[in-house]
Amino acid sequence: MSQGKPGAAKARPLSPHLQVWRWHITMWGSILNRATGVALYVGALILAGWAIALASGQDAYIAFTGMLGTPLGLLVMFGLTFSLYFHLAAGVRHLFWDAGKGFDPKLADLTGVAALGFAVVATLATWAIAFMTGAL
Amino acid sequence: MSDFRTPLSRARGLGSAKHGVSTWLFERVSSITLVPIVLWAVFSGLKLASADYQAARVWMQSPVNAVLTLLLIIVGIWHMHVGLRVVIEDYISKPLSRAALLLLNMFVCGLGGALAVFSILKVALSVGGLNGGAL
Repeated sequence: MSQGKPGAAKARPLSPHLQVWRWHITMWGSILNRATGVALYVGALILAGWAIALASGQDAYIAFTGMLGTPLGLLVMFGLTFSLYFHLAAGVRHLFWDAGKGFDPKLADLTGVAALGFAVVATLATWAIAFMTGAL
Repeated sequence: MSDFRTPLSRARGLGSAKHGVSTWLFERVSSITLVPIVLWAVFSGLKLASADYQAARVWMQSPVNAVLTLLLIIVGIWHMHVGLRVVIEDYISKPLSRAALLLLNMFVCGLGGALAVFSILKVALSVGGLNGGAL
């Protein structure tokens, strides 16, 4: 930065961005991990809201759980269930990477598909159980 | 010459903030901690989804449920504070917007966490009864 012509910094090559890459599964995994993490941020605030409602009395609790039971509330909860399972699986995947394992491209693709598959199956299973136990 | 510092002072002033390792470790430790807690939370959520207000209060008055819910909130909110901090630092480069968002992240996590912890303790430590302790 200290040497060269002024403005030279602008001409330096940039890191390849979204429009340059071909979409592939590991990229989806990375983006989805961030997106679901941000979604779970909202989920944690909903959980905090639930605890506050529980401590605030019956009326507040019924109003809060009633809100979660509306079609929009259920859609949000469904999305959060998927986010939780995907972020969980992607997190475990990251822990293996931190241990230096699973970097082989084929294996990384496979674990990416596995994380996504696990999230979809576990989400559907959870909601099937919720349906059978009369929670819906 | 635009820099009057000695080479030694320059070397001391630059470089890492010296706490990267603890942040990195905390991210991993909280991830590992959250794996079993989150699975328990899904199991509990399914039970609570079909429970009414009274049943939910009784549930929260069990020591195991109260403590695990507290851990879920505390470790979870800490984890997400660190996580969103990284997202903000990655995407927001304007110093003022970045500082404002980092501060907002801290306030939301701090306020949400404190309210949730107090609420859980209030229910868990209240003496049974109808509408136990609620005004």
